[in-house]
This record gives sequence, structure tokens and C-alpha cells, in this order.
Amino acid sequence: MDDMYREVILDHYKNPRHNGELDPADISYQDDNPLCGDMIRIDLRVDKDNKIIECAFSGHGCAISQASASMLMEDIKGKTLDDIKDYTRDDILEMLGIELGPVRLKCAMLSLKVLKVGAYGVQEWVED
Amino acid sequence: MNINNGIDIDVIKKDFPALQREVHPGVPLVYLDTTATSQKPAAVLDSLNRYYSYHNANVHRGIHTLAEEATAAYENSRKCIASFIGATSEKEVIFLRNTTEAINLVAHAWGRSKLVAGDRVILSEMEHHSNLVPWHILSEALGVEIDVINVDDEGYLDMDHYVNLLNNGPKLVSVTHMSNVLGTVNPIKTISTLAHDAGAIVMVDAAQSVPHMKVDVNEIGADFVAFSAHKMCGPTGIGVLWGRRDILEDIPPFLGGGDMIKRVYLRSFAPNDLPYKFEAGTPAIGEAIGFGEAVRYLDGIGMDKIWDHEQTLVKYAMEKVNQVPGVTIYGPSNSQYRGGVVAFTLDGVHPHDIAQVLDSDGVAVRAGHHCAMPLHEKYSLMATARASFYIYNDVDDVDALVDSLDKVRHMFK
Repeated sequence: MDDMYREVILDHYKNPRHNGELDPADISYQDDNPLCGDMIRIDLRVDKDNKIIECAFSGHGCAISQASASMLMEDIKGKTLDDIKDYTRDDILEMLGIELGPVRLKCAMLSLKVLKVGAYGVQEWVED
Repeated sequence: MNINNGIDIDVIKKDFPALQREVHPGVPLVYLDTTATSQKPAAVLDSLNRYYSYHNANVHRGIHTLAEEATAAYENSRKCIASFIGATSEKEVIFLRNTTEAINLVAHAWGRSKLVAGDRVILSEMEHHSNLVPWHILSEALGVEIDVINVDDEGYLDMDHYVNLLNNGPKLVSVTHMSNVLGTVNPIKTISTLAHDAGAIVMVDAAQSVPHMKVDVNEIGADFVAFSAHKMCGPTGIGVLWGRRDILEDIPPFLGGGDMIKRVYLRSFAPNDLPYKFEAGTPAIGEAIGFGEAVRYLDGIGMDKIWDHEQTLVKYAMEKVNQVPGVTIYGPSNSQYRGGVVAFTLDGVHPHDIAQVLDSDGVAVRAGHHCAMPLHEKYSLMATARASFYIYNDVDDVDALVDSLDKVRHMFK
């Protein structure tokens, strides 16, 4: 557990990066996890090559869901939508630097789900 | 010695194997999640083991020794539970999987045979999903209208609103005896009397009351009462619907199959007598026997003592938890009208994070909407953390909760 709330996660939770909304945005999507009440919205601006030039997330939820969204935003800025296709659970866990059980995994994965479904539609999302 | 209202908690704790374990190395379990499910005493676990080891056979058929033993134990358990809730006859005690299935049975068997489009059913804002969704399904199927009693800011049912709703001529009132989030104990006897005066019958979700207080089904004046074994020291997969005999006789079966029939023809059947009419298929025999053992265990302590003990604990817990800066507790402030449940939030910390940090100290609480989303929405909450108490908890457990909450607070400061 001490791992789960390591300093970097609490830091992202308390001081989220790229937090807010983009208006206008090229891609906006939000989803929630009604079981815990986590909600994440992600806005993206992309250039003609589908490179993410600006990104932001908003919403509310537990430290794991919010910190993973914050870290994901830092990570994807400057990447292309194609790059995002390859992101997996392991990438998120690597960013967080922790291991999670099945319940908390849903919290951690919400931001990636919102990002992928927003960018490519729900068929791109394979929950494992 | 750790005597509380005549109960020696140290002795009780020893009855529960789970309470002897550590959840992390050197960190013992402080179990505060009974509202979700209770721990099981060794007596109940032994009864399961005994049945499956030595008496395992199907009930109500078979002439051999094991079948006779299994049937006797199964029926004995039914009698034991009937007496525990003051039922006039054990024929009124139907074994089902749980409270949810019991409410579904009433919505299906009673609802579809007695209600028509436009008939009204009264529920309340504090209901568990299991006392909402079966009625939603019925409403979609038949066009039955649903009215909902308001809950006020303190977590009480708005009885004036209830009386107003009764003017619409409902056919059924289905409410919880005790809220699994707010802990509110509803004035169920008054609710029943008013409903009957208005010509409605009464279904009581007693999943949170029967485990914690003396409930006499005739005294509270209900027509149906549902509860689950697993919240009262018994196994999962077994629960009871108690119903008034004349009503049960008057409605068709729910599920069809073996045991619920008297005779079967190729194109028709004659239903069995009560209670078997509603017990289709091989029941959870071992679990029903374990349920009887759980009731014997609780009876041995005494339901009044259990209630008094939980009153002491919830009063202490509300006082202590309230002293943690940033905490908000939901539900009645007067512990007299509240069972052993304390749902709360802590400013700036999501309940999941609270529960996770508490777990590192061995303190098990529930976090989420506790299957009561409409109630959480009413209070504009996404989720709450909930600590709940039972006979095996003491003030040390509450202190462990509060110490751990301080840790949460500092971590997220």
C-alpha cells in the first residue's frame, strides 16, 4: 500500500498536470466508472499529421484514477494518435510504478479507456 | 475481559476464525464491513462441514438414512428461523438465495398476478438497488406506477410525504427496515399500519435489521419480510422470504421445477403446498442448515444484547469519527434511530483511497455507493466510505478506524 500512494502519485493527484478543458478541441470524450464514481474527460487538439499538440483532462475520482490521467497527459503530448493505439495496461502501470489488484486496476485504466475510445471509437477498447 | 452490555467480546471474537488472521504481516484484521457481509463463527462453518462430510443427500426424496438426516436438518433449520422471527408457522418461511431473490419473487409472483397497468407501488429514496430494480422491471412489464418516499437531510423518511402518497391508493409499500448506508431504522410498524389502512400490503427489506435486532414479523405488521443469512453469521447463497400464509397461498409459483410440484402432467402441473411451492429445484441444503446454526448462535447471545452492544459502538464511533477534521457523517445524528452503520466522507480524499489506506492498517471498510446510487445522488455524493459493526467489534476497533483515518488525512494533506 505504501507503494500505491508513493510520492509521485500523490503529487500528480494533488497537482494534476494538463488539468482542465480545451475549447475548442478536436477530440473530446468522457466516461465514468459508476461503481466508484470516477469520471474522466479528455480533450485533445491534433495537427494535420494527427500529432497531439495539446491535451487536457478533467473529472473527479480517486488518487489512482486522477494521477494516472495526469501522467498519461504528460506522456502523450507530442505523440500521434497512431502511437496511442499501442498503449496497454502495462504502459499505465509502468507510469504509476505500482501493481494493482482487479478492483483498483479499473481506476487506473479509466483515462486510457477514455483516450482510446475518444480517438478511435469503442471497438478499439479491449478490456483485459 | 471486554464486557459490553453483557457480552464478552473477547470470547465472541475467538468464535470467528477470520478475526484471528492477519491481513498483512503483523497487521491483524479489524473487520468493519458487516453490512456487506458478516464473518462466520466456527459453529456455522462446522455445521457446513458436518453436513457435507456425513449427511450429504438430497432433501424431500429418497428413503435412505442420509436423505432422512438431511431432510430433518434442513426442516429443523426452517423451524429454528421461523421461531427466531416469530412466524406463526414454518410454512411461511421460504428458503431462497438471498434478500434480492425474495424481493424478486414478490415482484414477480405477487406483482404479476395482482397488479395491472396504473396500479401504484410505494418505495423510498433510501432503498438498496435490490428493492428498486425488481419494481422497475415490473413497472416496465406491466405499466405499474412507482412512487418514492422522500428522505430528509438527516436521513429519515419524510412521513408526511408518505401519508400523501398513500392517498394515491397504492397496492403495495416496499421499504427497508434499516438503511444500509444511513443506518436509519424506519418506523416500520407505523408504516405497515398506515399502508394497511390505505388498503396496501407491505413488503419489508429486512436484510439489515434481522441480523442486528429482535424482529417479530407479526409485531411489525408486515406481509412479506426478506433477509439473507450471510449478513447474520450464516453462509452466502441462502436467505428467507417470510410471507403471510393467506397471501402466499393466493399467489402462483415463481420458479418451476422439482420439489415445487405436487403432481406433474405432460401439459400442466399442480403446485406443492407451502413452503415448497416456492422452492423449485434442489435447494442450498448445507447453507440452509448453516443458516439455522447461525440463528442458534445469535439467539444464544440474545438479539436485544446485540442491539444494545451495537448502539454503544455506533454512538462511540459517531463521536470519535466526527472529531476527525474534514469528516462528514451521513444519517441520523441520534443513534437511537440508527443501527451500527457509519457512512462518511473525508474532504479531498476519495472513499476508495480512504478504504485502501485503512486496509494497510488492517481496517476493512466498504467504499462506493453501497448499491444505493439514488440515495448518493440525492446527497450529491459519488461515493462514501462506510464502517459497520457487529457483535465481534469493540471500541478498540473503532479506535483503530479513527487512528487510521488520521493517517489518511496526513497522507493527503
